[in-house]
Amino acid sequence: MKRIEFKQLDEELYFEKLDNGLDVYCLPKRGFNKTFITFTTKYGSVDNHFMPLGSNAFIQVPDGIAHFLEHKMFEKEDGDVFQTFTKQGASANAFTSFTRTAYLFSATNNIYENLKTLIDMVQVPYFTEQTVEKEKGIIGQEIQMYNDNPDWRLYFGTIENMYHNHPVKIDIAGTIESIADITSELLYECYHTFYHPSNMLLFVVGPVDPKAIIDMIRKDQAARPFKDQPEIQRRFDDEPENVRENGKILKMNVQTPKCMVGMKGNFINQQGDEMLKTELAVQLLLDLLFSRSSNNYRDFYDQGLIDDTFSYDYTQEETFSFALVGGDTTDPDQLESVIKKVLLKAKTHENLSEQALERMKKNKIGSFLRALNSPEFIANQFTRYAFNEMDLFRVVPILEEITFDDVKNVASSLISEDRLTVCKILPKNE
Amino acid sequence: MKKIIENGGLKLHLLKTEKYKTNTIVFKMKTPLTKENATIRALLPHVLQSGTNTYPSITEIRSYLEELYGAVLYVDLQKKGEYHVISITMELANEKFLKSDEPLLEKGITFLAELLLNPKTENNNSFDQQIVEKEKRILKQRIQAAFDDKMRYANLRLIQEMCKNEPYSVPVNGYLEDVDEITAQNLYSYYEKSIAEDELDLFIVGDFDENEVEALVREKLSFTERNPKYVSKAISHKVDKENVVIEKQDLAQGKLNIGLRTNIRYGDNDYFALQVFNGLFGGFPHSKLFINVREKASLAYYAASRLESHKGLMMVMTGIETKNYDRALTIIKEQLKEMKLGHFTEDELAQTKAMIQNQMMETIDTSRGYIEVLYHNVISQSNVTEELWKEKINEVKKEDVIKVGEKIQLDTVYFLSGMEA
Repeated sequence: MKRIEFKQLDEELYFEKLDNGLDVYCLPKRGFNKTFITFTTKYGSVDNHFMPLGSNAFIQVPDGIAHFLEHKMFEKEDGDVFQTFTKQGASANAFTSFTRTAYLFSATNNIYENLKTLIDMVQVPYFTEQTVEKEKGIIGQEIQMYNDNPDWRLYFGTIENMYHNHPVKIDIAGTIESIADITSELLYECYHTFYHPSNMLLFVVGPVDPKAIIDMIRKDQAARPFKDQPEIQRRFDDEPENVRENGKILKMNVQTPKCMVGMKGNFINQQGDEMLKTELAVQLLLDLLFSRSSNNYRDFYDQGLIDDTFSYDYTQEETFSFALVGGDTTDPDQLESVIKKVLLKAKTHENLSEQALERMKKNKIGSFLRALNSPEFIANQFTRYAFNEMDLFRVVPILEEITFDDVKNVASSLISEDRLTVCKILPKNE
Repeated sequence: MKKIIENGGLKLHLLKTEKYKTNTIVFKMKTPLTKENATIRALLPHVLQSGTNTYPSITEIRSYLEELYGAVLYVDLQKKGEYHVISITMELANEKFLKSDEPLLEKGITFLAELLLNPKTENNNSFDQQIVEKEKRILKQRIQAAFDDKMRYANLRLIQEMCKNEPYSVPVNGYLEDVDEITAQNLYSYYEKSIAEDELDLFIVGDFDENEVEALVREKLSFTERNPKYVSKAISHKVDKENVVIEKQDLAQGKLNIGLRTNIRYGDNDYFALQVFNGLFGGFPHSKLFINVREKASLAYYAASRLESHKGLMMVMTGIETKNYDRALTIIKEQLKEMKLGHFTEDELAQTKAMIQNQMMETIDTSRGYIEVLYHNVISQSNVTEELWKEKINEVKKEDVIKVGEKIQLDTVYFLSGMEA
């Protein structure tokens, strides 16, 4: 067991890599009531083309299967694990993202019992044709709920525009048609390929004794018969740098139109500090251009183009990256035009200010500190970072290192007209 | 450590803890909700956070907050029973974790005072015209946005139908048609009136020197004494006839929302048993609604109930295929009946109590959650401490839950249906 101390932040982190390859982390939080634990596999909706364990041919699996598998992990031969957690006073949940599937619970009591339940749930699969069929109705309603949600449609509509081949363009839950093809054999195949401990990370944060927690997990894992597994073979088709489509309009049952400008990123295959630095530099760039203290925000606001739904965001993973800027607007065409203008101007750095950058760095340092109040943030973000060989606790030092030149450099290389796209949602009756 | 200090018209709540990396400040002003005041109150905090005499625009305000290591500032509105509550929240990094010794909390309190007491004005009797006009436009969009989020819309419509002749039906953001009547002058008059008459509370949570903070608040945030207005104690609401409202829209999923009268409010003796009733019925993944509507019948992804604690309502919500309306409604009614008959086990009762305790412990782990819990007491003029909460939930027995069930009446079924039916 290794202990790492962060003096300035008054935090300490314990770590051990177990014999079966599982990475275990524990961050004690004194004074908190709640313990929050996540058990995450590096397997998400984009991992739909891979070589199953023990096979030497690639297969393509139905859209939405990683998310379907997440749902089915809660059901066992003797019933629903949700019920076991609630009996032990814990709130359990799970989520599937593009690149991860996480199982988690929070509790103020019975931490060891609940941790054992979590590990059993994730490491002992049980799927039957009958339970798989039953889940199709529930997930079908989850899909329909998102289909009626204009913000979700806008988000995925924009991503869909950007990608020719990359599976990030596929909705995480799939479609009612695609999940119809899911079978228990396919679920087992995905499970055995991606749920080996060497592809997973367990994070514990809360008022716990880190030594006792890690001891328990080590003992538990040693008793389970995992065989070493070769490295997972995933396949991604070549993806052009330009966007697939410049724009798209969706008509929906809404009153206020929406507009989202997407910028496909070209920073791929980065990991570690390099990725962390790029990610932070792009975030700072977007802060400079679109935060509420920016001149651009003031112009958009004065022209009546935006309201409090205006936002921007940057996502970077190993095989894809994109930035999104937009919100509700009464004039989506005009908003598209001004956002694009601001971005293209930033390519030549005309609208970037070094003085503002110093302020934005302070702003980000404070935000990071605030995020450390949240056990959910710590566990989820630490895991995401670790899966990309980054270290969450390097955020502040790297931020301090970033110069105005770094931001100008990411602007020059990231921003390009042929990587811009837009998605708009307009009221149906217009 | 909790400390409450009366400071003229402001009640200061200091909550000292070393748990957080930040200090949180929440200012709340409350008054009875009416059809006449909702819209103007919905606009007021947004105008306040858009310009002061020292920081005359959003650009200056936001730049200053970024300088303070990304201080958070936001305003929001709540309907708490039949009260309208305006909240202004700030959260500032605690400088002991920074390589800086800037006194951030002191600057935050000073800034809050500036925002509240030195807004950008014209001729001393009006807010800045331009700010008000821009914020009116945004308020209109905010009101309209409720239509586009169908889960929110269905809930809003249910309350409108169920509480037709009660102030509770007034939406928290007010009415579209009332926005244009607001001027920079009449908004300023309303501001002066509400600052003088509303019940004011200030919560500060974090690690600080209490005496210093108290002195600073006394210096910067002084308000005249007042006698806040209270809503008269609610009378029990009898349901004569179950009301059914069906509305059609072009949707993939129908939203079934059901309103029930509990006639039990926060601060009442049987409120704890009501919490347990709601927990067994629809509050958790082991509840009757989740198990029967979702797990057994596969009709829905979500099926839950929650309490409107200060109004005495229980709201059921689920999203289903339009053609399954009758089936889902039948199951929900059956489950309500099961609850009223006391058809739940001692194990389920114990499990539910444990979950409620757990939920409370988790809520008070966040500074804002803790403040919301304490504010329930301000609203209900009661004094339910964490210890009392724990004790009372533990004491709830099966017969208490059944007794609570006798008071619960189904009032209105609202279905936002897709076109296929």
